[in-house]
Amino acid sequence: MAIDNLRHRGIRSWLTIIGVFIGIAAVVSLISLGQGLQDAVTGQFKTLSGDNLIIQSSSSASYLGPPGSTAVRKLNEHDLDVIKSVQGIEFVIPRLVRSVKLEYNDVSKFKYVASLPENQQEIDYIYNTMDLQVSEGRLLKLGDKRKLVIGSNFIGEDEFEKPVKRGSNLKIQNDSFEVIGVIAKTSSLEVNNAALVMEDDLEGALGVDDEIDLILVKVSNKDRTEQVAELIEKEMRRDRNEKEGEEDFSVQTPVKALESISLILNIINLVVTGIALISLILGGIGIANTMYTSVLERRKDIGIMKAVGSTNFEILKIFVVESGLMGLVGGIAGAIVGLAFAFLVSFAANSYLGQELLKVTISFPLLFAAIGFSFLIGLISGLSPAYQASHLRPVEALRS
Amino acid sequence: MAEKGEKHAHLIRLRNVAKYYHMGEEIVKAVDRMNIEIRPGEFVAIMGPSGSGKSTAMNLVGSLDLATKGDIYLDGLDIEELSESDLAQVRGKIIGFIFQSFNLVPNLTAKENVMLPMMFQEIGEEAREFRAEKLLKMVGLADRMDHHPNQLSGGEQQRVAIARALSNDPEIILADEPTGNLDTRTGEIVMDYLEKLNKQGKTIILVTHDPRLAQEHARVIYHIKDGKLEKVTKKVGSKWVTLR
Repeated sequence: MAIDNLRHRGIRSWLTIIGVFIGIAAVVSLISLGQGLQDAVTGQFKTLSGDNLIIQSSSSASYLGPPGSTAVRKLNEHDLDVIKSVQGIEFVIPRLVRSVKLEYNDVSKFKYVASLPENQQEIDYIYNTMDLQVSEGRLLKLGDKRKLVIGSNFIGEDEFEKPVKRGSNLKIQNDSFEVIGVIAKTSSLEVNNAALVMEDDLEGALGVDDEIDLILVKVSNKDRTEQVAELIEKEMRRDRNEKEGEEDFSVQTPVKALESISLILNIINLVVTGIALISLILGGIGIANTMYTSVLERRKDIGIMKAVGSTNFEILKIFVVESGLMGLVGGIAGAIVGLAFAFLVSFAANSYLGQELLKVTISFPLLFAAIGFSFLIGLISGLSPAYQASHLRPVEALRS
Repeated sequence: MAEKGEKHAHLIRLRNVAKYYHMGEEIVKAVDRMNIEIRPGEFVAIMGPSGSGKSTAMNLVGSLDLATKGDIYLDGLDIEELSESDLAQVRGKIIGFIFQSFNLVPNLTAKENVMLPMMFQEIGEEAREFRAEKLLKMVGLADRMDHHPNQLSGGEQQRVAIARALSNDPEIILADEPTGNLDTRTGEIVMDYLEKLNKQGKTIILVTHDPRLAQEHARVIYHIKDGKLEKVTKKVGSKWVTLR
């Protein structure tokens, strides 16, 4: 009987269900994408292993532009020496990471280029830390001159109106470099969109001297990474005569970096969950409103049912089941649409980024929980109007 | 509490029953000091003009309402002592209602309307369907079972109502102005049904404003005026005798 009643009021039932539907769709899409988002974002921090620190200048920590690009005072060799003086460090690797003009096929574009140190052990450490492999050719090694290794997104890219490939010659600031290898696709967008050259070559091409964009520090004992980071901060503040909290540099530890990201993701999660909950509450209120109206409209029907032998409980059951069904249908529809939306977002993001970065996780326990919860919302929302219906006096109801 | 022997002597008994309504400071006595006794197998009419209190009397007789004063017994049970749910169950088993405005549930088909009372008596679906189809065939609506009330004429709707009233095979059929919304011919068909049911042993309570209808079909008439029982007449042979 409850299903018939819902079917007869088709449009009204669907309009009522929308609130619950939106809430469930939001929750399902959020959680289905959440893990994929977490993985996609943390994958960008592949360079950070547990025993790494990254030191950069000043407002580079805002992640806008290359490291050190907005810094007032850049890092240099002196800073390198200060850091090396700190106990607990195995080695330090200075790096340049710049957005530079690349020219190929008479087309110029600005791309990220990063340097590799003139030390094979350090070069190997970078390759291992970032898990760099080649899909074509080889990686740079000590002794390479005017050679370049490109990220996977360079290939097939029509940016230069002609595909860049192994053996191609690119110009960096008018210096010609030969492409000797292509890096296999990684989960890091930065790596896939960047090129690598030897440090001396990049310094020469850019005409820079004693400038460092970031310093990669390997600590001896990864259990002491945080302590070493604090010591470096202390030493650099002392050297620069800066107060705590007023530093023009940042020492980024894996924990701190991921903490910031996790915080942002958690805030996003909370906000969306909050919106979803509000939507669910509104949906529940909508169901209650519709049920109250339904009770009013069907007073006579209730009177008839009571006259022909329905108990209060039977009436209560009919209305509660009806409202529960609305919640259930909203939950099922919301779960389906939420999943579809998650796949759509994933597809759009991956198409835009040119790689499968954002994956959707389908969790059946989550889906059942979401549907079950929306059914519960429906049931609870219908309780009060159902109680009212069940306690109508037959003679009064029949008079309606 | 039911008095000894009453369970079999009377199906419905109203003893000094009154029903008052409070309209602000005023008390309206819809029914006052009413005594009605309905025996098994009787064809009883409760007759009175509009505003006489016969509808209120019908609601009390049918246990659809509770009295302000006095006692109402349904099959020997004092309805004041029953919970509303228990009362509904007993009522559903013992009384079948036929209303002036048919009172079919609009979202249900004819068959589903007839099945409704059986659902509340926890009769299985197959048995419900079987009986509903049988009853609808009996009232000549075999080909209209799946129609909704808005697809049926007034006469057809009233016949569905009759079938519904019979669905739990109740002892009593309480018909409130059953021909009120029907043309003469259809009204006669409905009254014929009630006569037939009475001959089969059912107790019929007819509530009407029409003395002709009451005298033509009932054997006992309760005459109501201004909320009070004016007199009770009984048909003896072809004459009407005043009992009280």
